[in-house]
Amino acid sequence: MMAATRVGVVGVGMTVQRSTRRDVTGIELINEAVRAALADAGIKRKDIDAIVIGNMDHFEGINYVDTWSVDGSGALGKPIMKMTTGGTTGSTVAMGAYYHVASGMFDRVLAIGWEKNSESDTTGAIITAFDPFWDRPTFAGAVAGLALEATLYMNETGATEEDAAYIAVRDRRHALNNPYAHLRMDAKVEDIMATPYLSWPIKLGDMCPRTDGACAVLFASEGAVDEFPNPPAWVHGVADRHLWAYTSDPYVNQKVVGGTWFPAMERATAELYEKVGITDALKQFDVAELYLPYSFAGLRYMESLGFCERGGGPALVHSGATDMGGECPVNPSGGVMSSNAIGATGLLRVAEAALQVQSRAGDRQVPGAALALATGFGGCYWSDELVLGKEKPDKVRG
Amino acid sequence: MAVAEPAPKKHYIVVESGDLEQPFRWSAGTYGSKFLTEIRDNKKIWGIKCPSCGRVYVPLRSVCGPCYVKLDELVPVSDEGSVVTFSVVSFGFVDPSTGQQRPVPYGYAAIALDGADSYLLHFIDETDPAKIKPGDRVKAVFEDDDKRTGSLLDIKYFELQR
Repeated sequence: MMAATRVGVVGVGMTVQRSTRRDVTGIELINEAVRAALADAGIKRKDIDAIVIGNMDHFEGINYVDTWSVDGSGALGKPIMKMTTGGTTGSTVAMGAYYHVASGMFDRVLAIGWEKNSESDTTGAIITAFDPFWDRPTFAGAVAGLALEATLYMNETGATEEDAAYIAVRDRRHALNNPYAHLRMDAKVEDIMATPYLSWPIKLGDMCPRTDGACAVLFASEGAVDEFPNPPAWVHGVADRHLWAYTSDPYVNQKVVGGTWFPAMERATAELYEKVGITDALKQFDVAELYLPYSFAGLRYMESLGFCERGGGPALVHSGATDMGGECPVNPSGGVMSSNAIGATGLLRVAEAALQVQSRAGDRQVPGAALALATGFGGCYWSDELVLGKEKPDKVRG
Repeated sequence: MAVAEPAPKKHYIVVESGDLEQPFRWSAGTYGSKFLTEIRDNKKIWGIKCPSCGRVYVPLRSVCGPCYVKLDELVPVSDEGSVVTFSVVSFGFVDPSTGQQRPVPYGYAAIALDGADSYLLHFIDETDPAKIKPGDRVKAVFEDDDKRTGSLLDIKYFELQR
């Protein structure tokens, strides 16, 4: 009888993340990441038991990626499942692969996330993800939606645009250590402040780029992890919440869900930390790879993830605690502010967290990292969260 | 560590989808139809009330997510309300409903209509962020009688009450 098993990440592959990859089709981009992951794990296509793949269809106008990409993904003749949850797609794909293996039904499952954002107008495509007659007529995609959050956050806490710009500077400076990252720059706060407004208070420099890229991550069962040359990055626990329907719903926090700020993230965090035993996120996590799609997220989401008190985001980041060398570096890879091939983005957070706890992150390694938090963000303020660790967890925690 | 950089994009062909269109025809359902008919014919805004928690929703919906009960009690909601949060959109992007760039800049806000517990995202008639703040009062401005079609845009925008 099959039983639930602990799961480790044993292979990681990623493409370079660049603004435009005209040299490859989507299928070829996927193949590049898959070949890199197979090589990293030291195995052949035939050894993969199942594949979970995801992107956001409307960015490429390709509605059938599971079938369309079967040659490139390596899924020919194998079980494959497509998962698409908006911005969280990449982290959901990771969780889907984890569930496949943790169930005991598959031993080696490859998660693939990819996007070619160069192939369409990103904002126009995002608008089509939302309700046709309630949302689309006035919605202006992620940039304007996030701007509403930023305004609310500044109004409620007194945080400033300069506080947020620090995040843009930090993550892109971290990206200098990551040759795969798209935006790698040693900018200053005043450089970010000098960029034009896209949707007040968000400026060009506050926003993630649009990127072409792919990522593939191999998950293996407890019984299979020893087949691979890499030490496993164990999955300690996962949690997710999808709460909202309409684009205006997330701002209803106070009235509908009793005073919380970002209920999807706060509820997922409460569940995850309870499962894994996190009582002091800043102290217990050695590193965090967070889906911060714009600068203000690097303040506000730290509060919802329990790294500081509500309103404490600016003080936390200005202390240096989230810089490389700080108590818990955030986004050593450069994060989403540096690269955002949307379907790959959440999976890259998981891949980077795995590389960290495996001590394989090269120039972006946090020395001695043993416990890492990875998150995905998307849709109407949806939240996926995973904890990966160097040590094998004492049991399956879901 | 070095990575291989892709060749410059000028070397490759891009295949355009062209000006093709794939129009869709979405059912507005029972309550969406009621809402859109009422703003078109009577310039009246309706909400829907949950019998379990008492929340009044705009946009209308047939299920209260938190209570998971069916909704059927329509209640009138004011065409006035207050700004909860706002932005001024100034970047160019393609509006997928028209295939054209949506004209910018425009004011954009989450609006708490009086009598509703959820918010409506809509345009506001101010593009200077220094002149808008949460809590500001707004009132709906409707399209002219011969121009309303049964769309959310039959409300042209919300006017700040100064």
